[in-house]
Amino acid sequence: MKRREFMKIAGGGVFVFFTIGEPRDWLEAQQRAGGRDYPTDFNAYLRIAEDGKVTGFAGKAELGQGTQTALAQIAAEELDVPLDRVDVIMGDTALCPWDMGTFGSRSIKYFGPALRQAAAEARAVLIELASEQLKLPVDQLATKDGFVQEKANPQNRISYGALAKGKMIERHLDPKPPVKPPAEYAIVGKPADRKDAVLKATGKAQYAGDIRLPGMLYARILRPPAHGAKLKTIDLSGAEKTEGARVIQDGEMIAVLHSSFDLAEAALSKVKAEWEVPEATVDDETIYEHLVKVAPAGDVVEEKGNLKEGRKLAASVFEETYFAPYVAHAPMEPHTATAKIEDGAATVWASTQRPFGLQEEVAQTIGLAMEKVRIITPFVGGGFGGKNRNLQSVEAARLAKLAGAPVQVAWSRSEEFFYDTFQPAAVVKITSGLDAANKLVLWDYDIFFAGERTSQPFYDIPHYRILSRGSWRRGGGGAHPFEVGAWRAPGSNTNTFAREAHMDVMAAKAGLDPMEFRLLNLKDERMKRALAAAADKFGWNPAKAPSGRGVGVACVNYLNTYVATMAEVGVEKSGAVKVKRVVCVQDMGRVINPDGARAQIEGCITMGLGYCLSEEIHFRGGAIQDRNFDSYEIPRFSWLPQIETILVDNPGLEPQGGGEPPIVNMGAVVANAIFDATGARLFRVPITPARLKKALPPL
Amino acid sequence: MKETIRFELNGRPVSLEVDPERMLLWILRDELGLTGTKYGCGEGICGACTVLVDGEAVRSCQYPMKDVRAKKITTIEGLAAEGKLHPLQEAFVRHNVMQCGFCTSGMIVTADGLLRKNPQPTREEIIRAMDDNFCRCGGYMRIIQAIESAAQEMKKGARR
Repeated sequence: MKRREFMKIAGGGVFVFFTIGEPRDWLEAQQRAGGRDYPTDFNAYLRIAEDGKVTGFAGKAELGQGTQTALAQIAAEELDVPLDRVDVIMGDTALCPWDMGTFGSRSIKYFGPALRQAAAEARAVLIELASEQLKLPVDQLATKDGFVQEKANPQNRISYGALAKGKMIERHLDPKPPVKPPAEYAIVGKPADRKDAVLKATGKAQYAGDIRLPGMLYARILRPPAHGAKLKTIDLSGAEKTEGARVIQDGEMIAVLHSSFDLAEAALSKVKAEWEVPEATVDDETIYEHLVKVAPAGDVVEEKGNLKEGRKLAASVFEETYFAPYVAHAPMEPHTATAKIEDGAATVWASTQRPFGLQEEVAQTIGLAMEKVRIITPFVGGGFGGKNRNLQSVEAARLAKLAGAPVQVAWSRSEEFFYDTFQPAAVVKITSGLDAANKLVLWDYDIFFAGERTSQPFYDIPHYRILSRGSWRRGGGGAHPFEVGAWRAPGSNTNTFAREAHMDVMAAKAGLDPMEFRLLNLKDERMKRALAAAADKFGWNPAKAPSGRGVGVACVNYLNTYVATMAEVGVEKSGAVKVKRVVCVQDMGRVINPDGARAQIEGCITMGLGYCLSEEIHFRGGAIQDRNFDSYEIPRFSWLPQIETILVDNPGLEPQGGGEPPIVNMGAVVANAIFDATGARLFRVPITPARLKKALPPL
Repeated sequence: MKETIRFELNGRPVSLEVDPERMLLWILRDELGLTGTKYGCGEGICGACTVLVDGEAVRSCQYPMKDVRAKKITTIEGLAAEGKLHPLQEAFVRHNVMQCGFCTSGMIVTADGLLRKNPQPTREEIIRAMDDNFCRCGGYMRIIQAIESAAQEMKKGARR
C-alpha cells in the first residue's frame, strides 16, 4: 500500500478515498469502529430551516477543542451564509451522521472535507432550485449571505430558507460540484468567536451531569480498593436502612441510589465490604523492567537500509533508554452519564468521545436494538483520550433499566483516577550513530508499549529500523496492572521525548548547537522552515549545550502537522524548574479558525508542562495511590510561561489536525532546556525536583 | 435532622428544609437545579465549585449549609444582571477563553471575588488569587488576560 494513496475497504468494494494523512492509522481505527463510513447524502450533514438558519450535524463531540465553531465556519463558507446563521449539533446519534469518534486530531482533517463537500452540493442544488423559480439559467446566478441572486440584478433574489423550507432535499448532483477555491474564502481562515462562549461563561452550558429528569436518581457504585480485587464479604444493611436510599445489586455491581449525589454517597459509605486484594507484583519504580521483560517480539513499523551497515559507518555510537510513566487524563469533568429508558427505548446523555461506539455498547448491555438507543453528547468537560472509554455510561444504562427510573452516574474524582485509561508507562531504547561529519548513519529504535505514532524518522538517516512492541491501546501479556489507552497524542509524547532528547545527547557529544545539528540531518524542507521560524521568533543564538542559558528545541511531524518548539527554563538548586518562555511554530496546512488553533497550542503547551514536570501515577499493583489533585499535581496558573505562537502560512495544504500536535514536543524541549541550563540529562519524565536535584552536577 | 435554613441566593430570599451538615454544592446542583456550579474534585482543591459567600470566594463542596444561614450566596447564574453579562463574563467571551468550559464558572466567580476586594490587581496578584483554580485544557494565559481586561473595563465604569 502506498503511503500517499490508500484504499479504503468499504461495504461494496474498494475505492480510493483519501490521499493525505496516515493511512495505516485511519484504516485501522475505522476497522475497529466496525468499518462504517460517512454518508454520501448531504442531507445528513445540513438542514436549512425556513427562516434561513442552517444547522450542521457532526457525529463528533465538542470537548473544548472548538470544533463546533470551526465546522460552522466550514459550512458557512461553502454555503455562502453568514457565520452567525449556522449552528452545529454534535454527537447526537439520532440526528448526526455516524462517526467513529473524536480523537487523533481528526475532526477538521477528515470530517471537515465531508461537511465541506456536502455544503458545496447543497449550495449547487439551491442554485438549481432557484434557477427554476427565478426562471434564469444557473450561470446567471450567484450566492451571497444565504440568498441566490441574479448576478446582473442582485435585487432579484430568493432566500435559501424559501428554497429549502427545512425539508430534506431530494435532488443530488453527479458528479459532485467543486468546492470553493480557498483563495475566495471570506469566513474560513479568519478568527471566529466560539459558538459556545456565552453559554459557558454564564454557566448555562449543559454537561451530562447537568441533565435533570423527573424521578431521576443519583447512583454511587461500590468500588474495589485495587484493580483485580475480589469481593469477600458484603453487608448492605446500613445502606438499605438509609432513608430514601435504594440498593441495587446486579452481579458484581452494587449501587446505592438516592435523590442527590451526596445523599447517595453517604448511604454508600454505610456499605461494609471486605476485599481480597492480589499481591502487588509491580509498582511505579519496577514497572519499566517488567514492561521490557513481558514485551512481545513486536512489529517493524518502518525500516530502511541495513542496521549493520549503519553501524559500520558510525564513527560514534550512542545508546540510551528513555522512560515515561502512567499519566492520567484528569479532565475537569469526571466521566458522567444520565440514562433514561422509556417505552423500550434508551436515551443516554454522556460525556463521551465516542457516541456511536457507546450506542452499540448500551444496546448490547441492556439488550435493545441499536435504533432503540439514542446517545446525546452535551458539552464534554475535557476528554484528552480518556472519554473514549464509556464505562460510566454503560453503568448508568444498566442501572436505569434495573431501577425503572432515570439514573445519573457521575464519577467522583477518586473514581476518575481509578478507572482512567492512563497513558501507558513505556520504554524507548535508541542506538544511534554519527559519521565523522556528524551525519546520522544509524537509528535502531525499539519501543516498548508506547505505540508507533511519530516514531517514523523525519531526519535523513540511511540506515534505520523502528520496532514497536505492544501498542498504547492494550498491553497484553499482563503488561499493565490496569487499563491504558489514548492520551492526547498517544505514543507521540513518549516517542518525541525519546527522539528529540536523543538528538540533543548526540549534538552535545558532537559539540554542535542543537539547531545546527538538526539542520545538518534534515532534508525535509517543511521542518526546516518551521525550525527557522521558531529560531527567528525565539531569538535562537547558536551555542553548544550546556550553555548555562537554559534554552532548548524540539520538533515533530505529527500526522502531517509540523511543530517546532523552543523553550527557556530556569532551574533552582532545589531541582525545581520554571519554564519561562515557550515559542511554538505550527504548520497545519490551511487553518480554519486561527484564534481557535492558537488556543489549542496555548492549551497544549500549558497541559504539556504537567507530563514534563510533575504528572506520574503512583501505584502498587492494582492499587492506584494518586486519587485526587493533592498528590497528582497538574499545571496551575503560577506555572504559566510566556507563550508565543506562530501559524505557518501554508495555503496549498489541506487542513490538518491541531488538537494534539503542540503538546508532543513539550517533554523533550523542557528536558533539553534543563540540560542546557545545568548539564543534567534526564532520561525519565516527569522531571521532578527530587530527580533533577539528584542529577545536578555538584557545585 | 433537617432544619430550616434561610439565606439569599443570587439576590433572592431562599428558605430550605435541609440537613445542615450537607454541602452547599449539592444543594445548589441537586436540590435547587443551579447546575452552573460544578463538581471537580470534591475536596476543595480544584476550584470548579467556587461560589461567593458575602462576596468572598469559597469552595461550595466544602461549605456546609449550617454556615450558609443568613448569608448572601452568589453563583455563576447570579452574575449577569438585567440580561447584561458581567464584565468578567464579557471579557471571557471576548478573549475566547473557554475550551471545555467546565472550570469556567469557578474561574469567573473566583475572579469576581478578587476584583471585589482588589479592583486593580497586578498580574502577580491575579496569579496568586487564581492559583488554586485548575484548568486542564490549559487556558490560563487567556484567563489572566480576560481578568486584566475586565478590571480595566470596570475601572472605566462598567457595572460594579
